[in-house]
Amino acid sequence: MRYAMAIDTRKCVGCSDCVVACQTENNVPIGYCRDWITETVDGSYPNVEIELRTERCNHCDNAPCVRCCPTGASHIVEGGVVLVTPNKCIGCGACIESCPYDARYSHPEGYVDKCTFCNHRVVKGEQPACVSVCPTKCMYFGDLDDPNSDVAKALRNRKYKALAPEAGTKPQIFYML
Amino acid sequence: MKEELIISGRMNPGIDPFLHIWHWHIPVYLFLGGLAAGILFFAALYTIMGREKEMPTAVKWATFVVPVALVLGLMALFFDLKHQMFFWRLYTTVRIESPMSWGAWVLMFITPLSMLWAASYIKEAIPDWKWKYKFMDQIMDLVDKYRKALAWAMLALAVILGIYTGILLSAFNARPLWNTSLLGLLFLVSGMSTGAAVIMWMSKDHRERKIMSMIDLVLIIVEMFFITHLFMGFMASTAVQIEAAELFLGGEFTVSFWVFVVILGLIFPAILEILELRGYKIPVAVPALLILFGGLAFRVIMVEAGQLTRYLY
Ligand code: SF4
Ligand code: SF4
Repeated sequence: MRYAMAIDTRKCVGCSDCVVACQTENNVPIGYCRDWITETVDGSYPNVEIELRTERCNHCDNAPCVRCCPTGASHIVEGGVVLVTPNKCIGCGACIESCPYDARYSHPEGYVDKCTFCNHRVVKGEQPACVSVCPTKCMYFGDLDDPNSDVAKALRNRKYKALAPEAGTKPQIFYML
Repeated sequence: MKEELIISGRMNPGIDPFLHIWHWHIPVYLFLGGLAAGILFFAALYTIMGREKEMPTAVKWATFVVPVALVLGLMALFFDLKHQMFFWRLYTTVRIESPMSWGAWVLMFITPLSMLWAASYIKEAIPDWKWKYKFMDQIMDLVDKYRKALAWAMLALAVILGIYTGILLSAFNARPLWNTSLLGLLFLVSGMSTGAAVIMWMSKDHRERKIMSMIDLVLIIVEMFFITHLFMGFMASTAVQIEAAELFLGGEFTVSFWVFVVILGLIFPAILEILELRGYKIPVAVPALLILFGGLAFRVIMVEAGQLTRYLY
């Protein structure tokens, strides 16, 4: 099993509903976020192209954050989801330094926090909070190994990319172009 | 030309607009670790070579600095942790893949070893020193008996510690400035050079000082060679590494790096040492302090600058 997410950059309007949904669902401390919107403007006027993306931890297949964690607090659970156990984390910051996506942050309580793919919802068969609220339905979540999953179907007939694949972490969030 | 402008809505404290998770603690920790590794390396080396008589400062007196440096370094590391209550978790697991983990373990072995080593010479330093407990005398006898074996262990641990101070950074592929295998060796050499500077500074013996000063000179030349190599490597690498190098070649760290680290911390003390070897009278504290200052500045700058280098935005 390999959980992954596909995001249709043609449908995303950058409304930040996913950001707020995550903050509410996961009790993210005020002023922090686990997912965020980026806007990329390509070219110069009059030939401009704008791409909106919702970004988060890529739950990398080759996760440097898990590798460098001295205590095993950062770990991988079923489906390749990368999680942090707060009371194993010493807050050394190694994993924050190791993430090419800067997806992690230091929680005000001291441990490191980040997107969990809403594992607590997914194990109950629900969708991650961000996916479930997206008004344009631009996000697809599921098991990449299952050809009938939303994410596998979404990626089947579209061109897509991942962010900074050259960093070598095998990211699992795909952006449909 | 194709331009790309990225606007991110993420504003996490410590992460945006640029990463600043490691502050002064980590460079201080790396500096003290490197310094300790340097001193222990020479102590072990001259013990193995059987030259305790000629090099008393290297083998004996300078090692008194080591436990202090290591404990201060560990304290710096501890204060940098943000979830300190769980510090002990470092010692409930061994994670070979994590430099932070094996660094913690190496320190766990080398700190008590350095304490034993220094303690075994305390009677020579303070003639009427008396251990409070009898078993301390017995332990010291054991240290004396197995000194050669201990020296070998210390030599290996010192090299590992020295390299580790660089690998802690170079293992992060996410930070292009750090992500070069040269860093381990560069930090090892730099640490040995700071260690040699301390020995040189503390030594009262003219001959010993001259030997350490010559060693230091060689180490500085090796360091300069590595630094040149480092930038050559970056410039011939990928876009992110070229950008990283440009921070030092016209970017915001240009002055601090070339003035404080290279000129004041390497070239200037090297010239002073050459003059000294040529017979000019130069107070030994000057080159020693410059080398120590350069070593610390080097680590501060590398940690700061490295956190500015990234793949995305
Ligand atoms: S995106 Fe960052 S935090 Fe998430 S798995 Fe990859 S390296 Fe780890
Ligand atoms: S901050 Fe916590 S999760 Fe991250 S590497 Fe350190 S111990 Fe592991």
